[in-house]
Amino acid sequence: MIRRFAHSLVILLSLAIVVFFVTHILGDPARLMLRPEATEEQVQALRETLGLNDPLIEQFGRYMANLFQGDFGDSLWQRVPALPIVLDRIPATLYLAGITLLIAFPLAVILGIVSAVRPRSIADRFVTVVSLGGVSTADFWLGLMLILLFAVKLGWMPTSGYGGLNYVILPALALAMRPMGRISQVVRSAMIDEMSKPYMTTARAKGLKERTVIFSHALKNGFVPVLTLAGDEASVLLNGAVVIETLFGWPGVGILLIQAIERRDLPLIEASVITIAVMIVTVNLLVDLAYSFLDPRVRFS
Amino acid sequence: MSTADSAPAARVTLPVSDTGLPAREHPARIYARALLHDKVTLFSAIFLILMIFCALFAPLVSPFAPEAQSLMLRNQPPMTADVNGGAIPHILGTDQLGRDLLTRLLYGARISLAVGFAGAIFSGVVGIVLGLIAGYYRGFVDDIIMRLVDTQMGFPSLMTALLVLYVLGPGMWKVILVLAVTRWMVYARITRSLVLSLREEVFVEAARTLGCPDHRILFRHIMPNLLSPLLVLLTLEVATMILTEASLSFLGLGIQPPESSWGLMLAQGRAYIVTAWWLVTFPGLIILLTALSLNLVATWARAVTDPVTRWRYLSGSRPKAEEDEG
Repeated sequence: MIRRFAHSLVILLSLAIVVFFVTHILGDPARLMLRPEATEEQVQALRETLGLNDPLIEQFGRYMANLFQGDFGDSLWQRVPALPIVLDRIPATLYLAGITLLIAFPLAVILGIVSAVRPRSIADRFVTVVSLGGVSTADFWLGLMLILLFAVKLGWMPTSGYGGLNYVILPALALAMRPMGRISQVVRSAMIDEMSKPYMTTARAKGLKERTVIFSHALKNGFVPVLTLAGDEASVLLNGAVVIETLFGWPGVGILLIQAIERRDLPLIEASVITIAVMIVTVNLLVDLAYSFLDPRVRFS
Repeated sequence: MSTADSAPAARVTLPVSDTGLPAREHPARIYARALLHDKVTLFSAIFLILMIFCALFAPLVSPFAPEAQSLMLRNQPPMTADVNGGAIPHILGTDQLGRDLLTRLLYGARISLAVGFAGAIFSGVVGIVLGLIAGYYRGFVDDIIMRLVDTQMGFPSLMTALLVLYVLGPGMWKVILVLAVTRWMVYARITRSLVLSLREEVFVEAARTLGCPDHRILFRHIMPNLLSPLLVLLTLEVATMILTEASLSFLGLGIQPPESSWGLMLAQGRAYIVTAWWLVTFPGLIILLTALSLNLVATWARAVTDPVTRWRYLSGSRPKAEEDEG
């Protein structure tokens, strides 16, 4: 567990270094913050205030020191420290991600079981195409289609905005298809794996109902590989959230990143990227915890 | 399309005669037969070939000129007649500048597919070479490369890509570069695990005993055995790349006008969602069909290039409780 924690820290540190490299060496922070039509004098003046004429190693030291204090500098757009702005947006993103998982996960488990019970049957082939379809859909396009149908044509839901169930349902549906497709594929192969094991024959020979065999025997054990995927899925979900939040005007971290990019607000951009990384790393740690809880072999090794 | 390419790889794994296969059938014929058996995959493969053909020969197959604007024909619905009296109507309608949507889609395919294939191939070359080195030489190099893979796996990939594109500025080649840099780990990881098991095989040992230099063992003996799983991965990655490019372009940091890709078309059509549904429907539908076809073909190829599972596709029988994909 301590090793996992150290690994997470390494990931965050490397990302911080990559961000520094990209913004300070590939690009020039002063030019990145100013409009493209800014004069050379303006650029030089800003470089002086930001201390960009100091040796690179000194800049890097300052950058890392500020980072550890959670200080990304003031947002150029809102004129207040960048990090609190980002932190304010986290609940909205988590809310959307939570509802998305509530849709995707049960659906994926059901689809996975249906196809695993009879491999290569018609139902299985149908599920395969549906889950591959989920993986192959551009989530923002699905969002556009949902807006077109339910908001524009039928007028049942608002096209965008933040609020209760009728606001969250369309973005969550659009976001749910990809994780649903991926999880159902893993559920399927994990279930098929479990069901070919000898203990399944034992369970059936004992005269247990097929339902008990599938749900309390196979599903329980097949769950472990599904969980390993969850950490990966968190990253996919947050990737999708950037696009979906932008499409639906959902006030989360994702849309904030895009707005910050549009306004050339470098401190805010850096704060958003690092915050999203911290979220992903945290989910991965939680998954590892749950993993060791579910599978005693991992706990004791 | 990947089936014919992977034929030489299959020759190595072919001599499994207890699978019920006819003893010596040419691999290409086996694949053709397996493809005919599976109608869904057959249809996907045909669609992909058609799509690539249309992208390559867009000027020949498209009914209109891609830049031909017409103020009278702005946002016209599908099947609107040509204002110049041409025989072919605007089958999928026209866009916000009066350009033919079908033509735009065919030209958009050029960029979307180019980014998809180039991105997948570039990241593949980097990942496969590093994976080969890590798996074959083990030790210190392996540690470093795999540490790098694990670390980058934890990055928020789309956000990193957005940041880099913001700094470098948008454009097709930069998108390809960014996609390659964010996805190489997938190849490295799989290549390494395959090499780890292959390097212990007798034929590698034999080659080494005969005094084969390392690069020859790697590229002449080990590499051919990796070809089919890596081609399957490449096919899947093309789909991922096309979808990511669409997202980047939709967010305004990918392909820029006057160039056009499917994702950019969706971004531009979004403003007209209330009045012109076709502008936001068809580009996304094409993305879905292309990515789905790539996924279906890859799933099929994974099962068929593996001699153990291949027979099921040929016999059409249904075994009870065992399956191919892992």
